Amino acid sequence: MILVPCPHCGPRNVAEFRHVGEAAARPDPASATPEQWRGYLYLRRNPAGPTTETWYHRAGCRAYFAAERHTVTNEFRRTWLPGEVAALAGGATEMGAGVDASGGQGSGGKST
Amino acid sequence: MSERSPASLFRLGPQPGEVLDRSQSFHFLWDGGSYPAFAGDTIAAALAASGVRVLSRSFKYHRPRGILTASFHDPGCMVQADGEPNVRAAHRRVKPAMDVAPQNVWPSLRFDVRSANRALGRFLTPGFYYKTFIKPQRLWPAYQKVLKRFAAGGRISAGSAHGYFDKRYAHPDVLVAGGGPAGMAAAVAAAEAGASVMLVEEEHDLGGHLRWGGSGELGVLAALRAAVTGQSGIEVLTDSAVTGRYDDNWVAVVQRGLSDVEERLIKARAGVVVVAPGLIERPYVFAGNDTPGVMLSTAVRRLVNLYAVRPGSRAVVLTANDEGDAAAADLERVGVEVAAVVDARRGGDVVRVRGGRSVERVELGDGTSVDCDLLVTAVGWTAPTALLNMAGDRPVYRPQAARFLPGADLAPNVLAAGGLAGDGSLDQLIEHARAVGQRAATGEGVIPDLEVRDHPALFGGRTHGIVDLSEDISSKDIVAAAREGYDSVELLKRFTTVTMGAAQGKLETVNAVAILAEATGRSIDETGTTMWRPPYVPITLGALAGRMFEPIRHSPMQPWHEAYGAVPLVAGEWIRPDHYGDPVAEVRNVRDNVGIIDVTPLGKLDLRGPDVPQLLNLLYVNKWSKLEIGAVRYGVMCAEDGVVLDDGVTGHLGPDHYLMSTTSSGAATVWEWAENWLQTAHRDWRVHVTPVTAAFASINVAGPNSRQLLSRVTTGVDLSPEAFPYMNVRTGSIAGVDGCVMWRIGFTGELSFEIHVPAGYGLHVWEALIDHGADLGVAPFGVEAQRIMRLEKGHAIVGQDTDGLTRGYSAAIDSLIKLDKDDFAGLPELSWQRQRGEYPMLVGLQPVDGSVVPAEASQIVEGNHIVGRITSSRWSPTLGRSICLGFVAPHLIDAGTVVTVQLPDRSRIEATVTPQLAHFDPAGVRLRG
Repeated sequence: MILVPCPHCGPRNVAEFRHVGEAAARPDPASATPEQWRGYLYLRRNPAGPTTETWYHRAGCRAYFAAERHTVTNEFRRTWLPGEVAALAGGATEMGAGVDASGGQGSGGKST
Repeated sequence: MSERSPASLFRLGPQPGEVLDRSQSFHFLWDGGSYPAFAGDTIAAALAASGVRVLSRSFKYHRPRGILTASFHDPGCMVQADGEPNVRAAHRRVKPAMDVAPQNVWPSLRFDVRSANRALGRFLTPGFYYKTFIKPQRLWPAYQKVLKRFAAGGRISAGSAHGYFDKRYAHPDVLVAGGGPAGMAAAVAAAEAGASVMLVEEEHDLGGHLRWGGSGELGVLAALRAAVTGQSGIEVLTDSAVTGRYDDNWVAVVQRGLSDVEERLIKARAGVVVVAPGLIERPYVFAGNDTPGVMLSTAVRRLVNLYAVRPGSRAVVLTANDEGDAAAADLERVGVEVAAVVDARRGGDVVRVRGGRSVERVELGDGTSVDCDLLVTAVGWTAPTALLNMAGDRPVYRPQAARFLPGADLAPNVLAAGGLAGDGSLDQLIEHARAVGQRAATGEGVIPDLEVRDHPALFGGRTHGIVDLSEDISSKDIVAAAREGYDSVELLKRFTTVTMGAAQGKLETVNAVAILAEATGRSIDETGTTMWRPPYVPITLGALAGRMFEPIRHSPMQPWHEAYGAVPLVAGEWIRPDHYGDPVAEVRNVRDNVGIIDVTPLGKLDLRGPDVPQLLNLLYVNKWSKLEIGAVRYGVMCAEDGVVLDDGVTGHLGPDHYLMSTTSSGAATVWEWAENWLQTAHRDWRVHVTPVTAAFASINVAGPNSRQLLSRVTTGVDLSPEAFPYMNVRTGSIAGVDGCVMWRIGFTGELSFEIHVPAGYGLHVWEALIDHGADLGVAPFGVEAQRIMRLEKGHAIVGQDTDGLTRGYSAAIDSLIKLDKDDFAGLPELSWQRQRGEYPMLVGLQPVDGSVVPAEASQIVEGNHIVGRITSSRWSPTLGRSICLGFVAPHLIDAGTVVTVQLPDRSRIEATVTPQLAHFDPAGVRLRG
């Protein structure tokens, strides 16, 4: 079980979190084409390398935050709270709202 | 050598390092006979002291087997002890009256019929089961009966006593895997530097190989043990093993030999892991190498020095290193005749062992033969690099040293110490280990280099022998498999099953790799090893499962329900009353008089702030800006893919104050969903969300008499229809409890009020309603009755009448979806769904034969095509017939269409699509009274 560095709480067992998903910019719903919208819903780069993603500290401070993590080594390069726009190589990326509304029914209390 | 020698014929006088307590002697049972033992004996040692040599029969060929390594992993020493299967006899201590039996024998250890397998050896080559017992298929049951008799392993019994297992969480700064000299030194140094240390040792005592050493080693052992005991901050776990290392030093430790639980799994998050497992002695491969009486030098030294056992009478020793020389010296010291010392460093070799059940003669490489009953081999060491591999390291094979050493990829929070890391004198290894401990605790300090000494590369002799004693795989099998094309080590492993036995490669991998390398003309390094995976030592399923811990949730009224005879319904974590004996009667009572139902699990969110309407507009498909204070509205939420997510009623309680309800299973999801938007995309909105699902006990008072009942207990609220219309909310005092929220909604289709009571008073208010309504016919009703009534009214349940593909318009909520809003979750997909036009639709259905109640999820078919399914189905007491909701394909949605429903037994019935979802009172007259 990896340690996830929550910006509020520090490194905590990954079991406390919900991995919301790889960050993706939400297109303007008024002008997006179906292809663009479904790209936002379903398509992700999924690299073997650094990726920007959203985490939710479900069993802790309940903050949504973004993290840059290396998907092969699970090394967390940095984390930031919403509003702290990160200047990444190639331009700024803002943390978008997680698309996955159905994740986490919140009933994780069974295993010790 | 007979197996039933006079007891203790092979027991020696007291030895300096023995672990026996000779003041405690007792007897135990083995294979029907009684044998003596001392406290401290292992099962195998006590039997060896009485000259018992054959302890088991091997897996496939049922060859007699005895002590080889005298350690936990000894493949020939698995026995059944006191009903427990697969007990490691060379590790488990004997207890008085212990009943030990051999495994895998039929009918007996002495005469095992299945040793006839040896004659069939040619046909039982590795992978034979890939080529036999396949056709004809109808004989599989017969094959299974035969093969079952040959299955290895002990017996489990359903009558075994219930065992308890535990889990524990630990957070040591430094976790040391291995309690030999290096492990102890590292632990002491780390604790001296202020770290909290957990020291884990497989054997029953700390000390490693020092325990069977000479007086010098015993002196160092005593000093190190004293240092560990005298140093605060070290937790010592013996008879325990580190069985896995996971990301970020998440470590699994299995703790055995406890008095209060069978086994405990410790999950530790360690700052630094020090790996100090020592080295495992490797067997030599040659003809007869698995004969009882062939032992490793460490086995001999353990038996002599720890257990005061003479391993034989006349010995030949094949030695390639100091430990082999020391074993020969130990044997001479205790009176075993050492007939020959064969020095492999000078080209000496052993070719073959003769003797069926026991060693009788050894043929040497120079052509001579020696009569003996004991052959000792000391041909080299295997580095147990498993924990390093699990930490991402790729150990490197050093041909000069004939073993693997840690590679360069070791994570900074994993360090190696002791023989695993290199060679040297005992003092040098201890000094190195102290530096490792210091580094582990502080992150600083220089760790001295260790030399790597040469060792002859000895894996197999000039004859074929057993490589994997657990799986009965010989070197001949490996060569044959390579010839058949299974020439990569991973393929070889899976095809032959070599290294897949109880020792999991600790004794077999390097030999198998060496033989494969030779057979394919490659070096050991080029051939590589298989992947080391946890668990490193066996762990019971009980320890993995731990104690049962299943929290349940129930409302404050649940004790009342149980006392009243409620049949429980498990809904997620909640226990709710399903009914109180007769749900149909409950339905009738609600429609005729008044009923009360406990709906506390209903999700509730308290929303405060000036921007709540914006949040509601975003989350729901309909419009909320103009909802006045005191009004309540039903809403449906969709996800960004347009699929129905949740539904519920939200009321405007006061200025900047709303109460949202959700489905009970969606309570947590909707809360997270709202938080997601508020924390990320709309940080500027001033909204606070507080989950109050468990803060309020919720009761639905439903039926024609509900207003009358409620007015008897309510103060501060005018309940008259003019003052409190349908879809409105008020707050007031019920049964003397202030701060109750009540709204008029109608899930059941009757005049009804849903009241939310501060949870601590839930039972009080419930009882007040019961007490004040006797003449009005008040009675409780449960979830089943509510399900029936809501179905009569055509009210869909999200998750039952919708699924993961039901986009908004398919759920028959056309009038709710306001596509002219600026933005809401699901807007783009819903507008495209609308544009496309053709989509399956939720409709009401009534079977033509009203006495047939189709099972839910019955398919709706056209010929052999599925065109829909029944989502909800009940017999309606109010209408006296069956009623359903279901999905149908677009061309079948018109009222009056007759569709075909296929029931689970494959029979088919017909059903008619109704004009609207509600089967009863479609205009909602009863609701709005």
